[in-house]
Amino acid sequence: MERYDVSAPQKFSFATWKKLWPFLKPVKKRFIMAMALILLAALVDVVLPLFTMFAVDLFIVPETTDGLGVFSAVYLAAIALQGALTIFFFRHCMVVEMEMGRQMKIACFTHLQKLSLTYYNQTPVGYILARVMSDTDRISGIVAWSVISFFWDLLYMIGIVIAMLILNWRLALIVIAVVPVIAGISLFFKSKMLKVNRDIRATNAKIVGLYNEGITGAKTTKTLVIEDKVVEEFSDVTRTFYQTNLRAVRLTAVFAPLLVLVGSLAMALVLFYGGFLVMEDVILLGTLSVFLSYTLVILEPVQQMARRFTDFISAQVNIERVTDLLAQEPGITDTQEVEAKYGDIFTPKRENWEPIQGDITFQDIWFMYPDGDEYVLEEFSLDIPAGTTVAIVGRTGAGKSTLVNLACRFFEPTRGKVLIDGRDYKERSQLWLQSRLGYVLQNPHLFSGTVMENIRYGKLDATDEEVYAAAKLVSADRVVEKLEQGYDTQVGEGGDRLSTGEKQLISFARAVLANPPIFVLDEATSSIDTETEGLIQEAISHILTGRTSFIIAHRLSTIRHADVILVVEEGKIVEQGTHEQLLAQKGHYHGLYTTMMLQAETGMEGFLLDG
Amino acid sequence: MKRFSAFRLFGRFFPGYKRYYGIAVAATVCNIILMFLAPQIVRFTVDGVIGQDPAALPGVVQFLAGVSPVRALLASAGMIVLLIILAGMFSYISRIHIGKGTEGVIRSLRDTLFAHVQKLPFRWHTKTLTGDIIQRCTSDVEVLHSFLSTQLVDVIRTLALIITATVLMFSMNVPLALFAFGFIPIVVAYSAIFYGRIASKFHTADVAEGALMVRVQENLTGVRVVKAFGREQFELEKFHEKNNAFAKAWIDMGYLLGIYWGLGDIVTGLQTMGVVVIGTYLTVTGQMTLGALIAFISYSQILTWPVRNLGRTLSEMSQSSVSATRLQEILDAEPEEEPADAKRPDMAKDICFDHVRFSYQDTEVLHDLNFTIPQGSVFGILGGTGSGKSTITYLLTRLYDLEPGCGTITIGGVDIADIDRRYLRQQVGLVLQEPFLFSKTIAENIAIAKGNADLREIRRVTKVADVDENIMGFAKGYDTIVGERGVTLSGGQKQRVAIARTLLIDAPILIFDDSLSAVDMETDAKIQKALRDNTGGATVILISHRVSTLMHADQILVLDDGRQAELGNHKTLIEQGGIYSRVYKLQSETEEGGQANGTL
Repeated sequence: MERYDVSAPQKFSFATWKKLWPFLKPVKKRFIMAMALILLAALVDVVLPLFTMFAVDLFIVPETTDGLGVFSAVYLAAIALQGALTIFFFRHCMVVEMEMGRQMKIACFTHLQKLSLTYYNQTPVGYILARVMSDTDRISGIVAWSVISFFWDLLYMIGIVIAMLILNWRLALIVIAVVPVIAGISLFFKSKMLKVNRDIRATNAKIVGLYNEGITGAKTTKTLVIEDKVVEEFSDVTRTFYQTNLRAVRLTAVFAPLLVLVGSLAMALVLFYGGFLVMEDVILLGTLSVFLSYTLVILEPVQQMARRFTDFISAQVNIERVTDLLAQEPGITDTQEVEAKYGDIFTPKRENWEPIQGDITFQDIWFMYPDGDEYVLEEFSLDIPAGTTVAIVGRTGAGKSTLVNLACRFFEPTRGKVLIDGRDYKERSQLWLQSRLGYVLQNPHLFSGTVMENIRYGKLDATDEEVYAAAKLVSADRVVEKLEQGYDTQVGEGGDRLSTGEKQLISFARAVLANPPIFVLDEATSSIDTETEGLIQEAISHILTGRTSFIIAHRLSTIRHADVILVVEEGKIVEQGTHEQLLAQKGHYHGLYTTMMLQAETGMEGFLLDG
Repeated sequence: MKRFSAFRLFGRFFPGYKRYYGIAVAATVCNIILMFLAPQIVRFTVDGVIGQDPAALPGVVQFLAGVSPVRALLASAGMIVLLIILAGMFSYISRIHIGKGTEGVIRSLRDTLFAHVQKLPFRWHTKTLTGDIIQRCTSDVEVLHSFLSTQLVDVIRTLALIITATVLMFSMNVPLALFAFGFIPIVVAYSAIFYGRIASKFHTADVAEGALMVRVQENLTGVRVVKAFGREQFELEKFHEKNNAFAKAWIDMGYLLGIYWGLGDIVTGLQTMGVVVIGTYLTVTGQMTLGALIAFISYSQILTWPVRNLGRTLSEMSQSSVSATRLQEILDAEPEEEPADAKRPDMAKDICFDHVRFSYQDTEVLHDLNFTIPQGSVFGILGGTGSGKSTITYLLTRLYDLEPGCGTITIGGVDIADIDRRYLRQQVGLVLQEPFLFSKTIAENIAIAKGNADLREIRRVTKVADVDENIMGFAKGYDTIVGERGVTLSGGQKQRVAIARTLLIDAPILIFDDSLSAVDMETDAKIQKALRDNTGGATVILISHRVSTLMHADQILVLDDGRQAELGNHKTLIEQGGIYSRVYKLQSETEEGGQANGTL
């Protein structure tokens, strides 16, 4: 993701920050409240050093202890107030941060549900995840804490300046003169630091990349016996990293003492000139002591403001990334009329939905993938009556899923129409079609949760009995029973704790429970143990009965039994017919078929098409 | 035991850099002492110059000032500046040395980890999760980095601060010092206990964040399922649940943190207030001077933050021992070590498999293989996916070792278990079906195993592998960078680059493990011919599921589910009428069919 840092903006842009308003709006009261609290807190912080002044001027110099009790009580009250303000300030800030983050995450998530598969095919999950999680966290963190604290810094500084001006304007000017110097030094160093940090991140990304290569490429490294070379190259990068890190260390090593030095110069001047004023009886000794305290503490807010300012600038990248995500156009949309009748994906109007028979017609379809530059379908027509089984065969990467993507309306044809039950599917909503599809992926995706929950995903209001029945129909019950906790077994993230075969059977059950008129199956290519394999074959034949189905097929038996076989090569449909017709043609299908026969002869469970 | 391994890790990397830390600690102490002298100057300035009590002035100032109070003031101010300049220099020295020490330790830790991972046996790599190892090598190293660069120094610095302050404050006024110091253990204990408690809340919040992360990730990876079932609304509801839980966990934390900071403010406020009030009383009653009081207040303020942080730092430091343990686990894994007497025999000899059996994860995948590959011959292995053919290549390169009692593999009569692994792998050129290319230029990728090769040599082998033309077709030719940051090569191009890479090392034994599976048959045949003409006297092992690739081999082994089903040459195997002949028939029909269609 480093490429995004290269274009990192260097200037403050108000327009970028304005885009956050919709997310800040719901918490604006809290935000204002936090601001008010911080204003009060800054005031108390300005007042606290004055107590030392009063102690000196009221008690020590006149040499009396009269009123020390009242003084203590007021002092105590100020401290208690400060503590209470901190408590409430934290609460409000945290609420602002989390609520704003929550709103942004909702907006992202909701928007993501509307985006088409094109977007998902082109964008790595890790990238999207970073937008939804880290970017939103960083933005809301900056708004809640840095923006609000920036006001504390500002108010605190102004408060000190005002207090000093009231106490003695000439002495105050000395201290005030230091402020721009410190601000200048801080800004200079922070902006240098920003650059060094960018280098550090870039090198760090390189190190992570090398670890990744070093581990995933271990087999190659070992067989080529280049361990030493790889290690040496890694060491070169860590040397750069070492040097870059030291650059950062040197910067702070100079910066931190320099700031203190400037501060101490101011303090020395205050001591000299202030001491002189005390001797001349222009100011009281207590005033001098409070000036010394102010000189020390004013450093902090000034350099903090410089730091936060650079934070604001670097956070603009995060804001842009999130707003870019939200501005992403959903590739496939329903027209307004369709939405009015059928509802949108979040609020469907199921009462208006017609049932689906399952007749599918591809009518003069031309299709080019949105990121492609060539038509993969040219004037393709095919009539699939309800209940037909269509097998699609071809090598890996040949483009077997194109037709399925079109039938499911994950993509729409560039030209031509897809008719479902005789009507263009664009006349109905996406959800109307998609919620009636059964779809089983090659490596089926399950969600973390129990087996029961996963099967029920097919029909959310299904009773336990319905779930059992669905599982039984596809023989999934046989594998579920073997699991330690049966239907209550946790399947793990993405179903990781189950084997591919088990996942497949459960996803069959999930699909069957939905009782879809149209069924899509992407057969697994990986080897599955013989027993499960048998169950799967049985399950498939159950599922196919009475449904229109598309099978991206890898198994001989499935292909042989299909009503129509489509052979795909380089994205195009090159042959079409039944098993017997195609074998007789001695073309592509014949070639694929014999390769599979070899697999069946020599592989463990091999019947794979992939070379 | 766990803590012990953390110490072992530091014990291994720390000693080389202790000099830096020694200097840093010494400089830190000097810096602190100098910083503490500044309030002393204020003190005698207030008492001696402004309060006009010359006895309170140290000799230097008396000497510099003479009788003029203005010159005395100037001298004091000058001393402060001088002091801070000196303190600044020590601070610089300290930071630079901490930086050098830390970055040095961390760099050698990173290098060692990487080198160690490279040396670990292949079996370890197949057993561990890449993500987990990368996570450890990056995040856990980062934790140790911050331990060394900030936490360790913070603790030392705070301790030095406390000690210096103790000496100075007790020397000025004992009762007031007792009061001020009474707060230190309270504050440290308070924040340590609180951070200990908050740690569990942090954990809850982390878990909530993890759950939300998983939710979003699953929705994204399962987007096809979500769309296929039209479950967007359902997904949104589940997302809301986790999103709310995450927000709530942190808001709860905000309450707790607010109380922590608020109470902390009050405790330290009380300390300062106590010093001011008691100090005022003591000053008024003549038990201490005003200058001393001002210095005293400064000291207790200087101490406030470091002491408040100390508790937090101490509780966070436990994190680094967890990280150290996780890293030590990697370093504890046994690397491939060669015995001193590992053999390096001449490899241009016959290879012999004698009753070889091999199990992977408790399942036997190779069953009793017996065959000899004469030196300089071409040996073909025919088998489908999962028939065990790749395992043979792992055994020959000792990526896997045979268990004792499971047969032997010998080269020229020497058991390969006795041969130096690195030597063996250098002599056995293996081309994998799915080769891995590094994110470097194509030229660098090809020359990677040979140190230095000029472009002429590189192009000689790429021509044999029939990929020279493709490479020249790229805008940057051989300087094209491969992988994520550059051009993505097709599977067939990758395979051919990998063949070139292996050819360049001139190994006496070459294995092509299905390494032309992604190129079309015509190119396959062309490369086959070029290989035969260019590999000289090397022993060649070809593994494929295409008969056409293997039919010219001197011997062909047919593997069926890990069993040695047939062994012979093309002619004898055809006569046998077994698997080979069936496959041959099927495939030659296909080829004829393909030619009839003019495409395959």
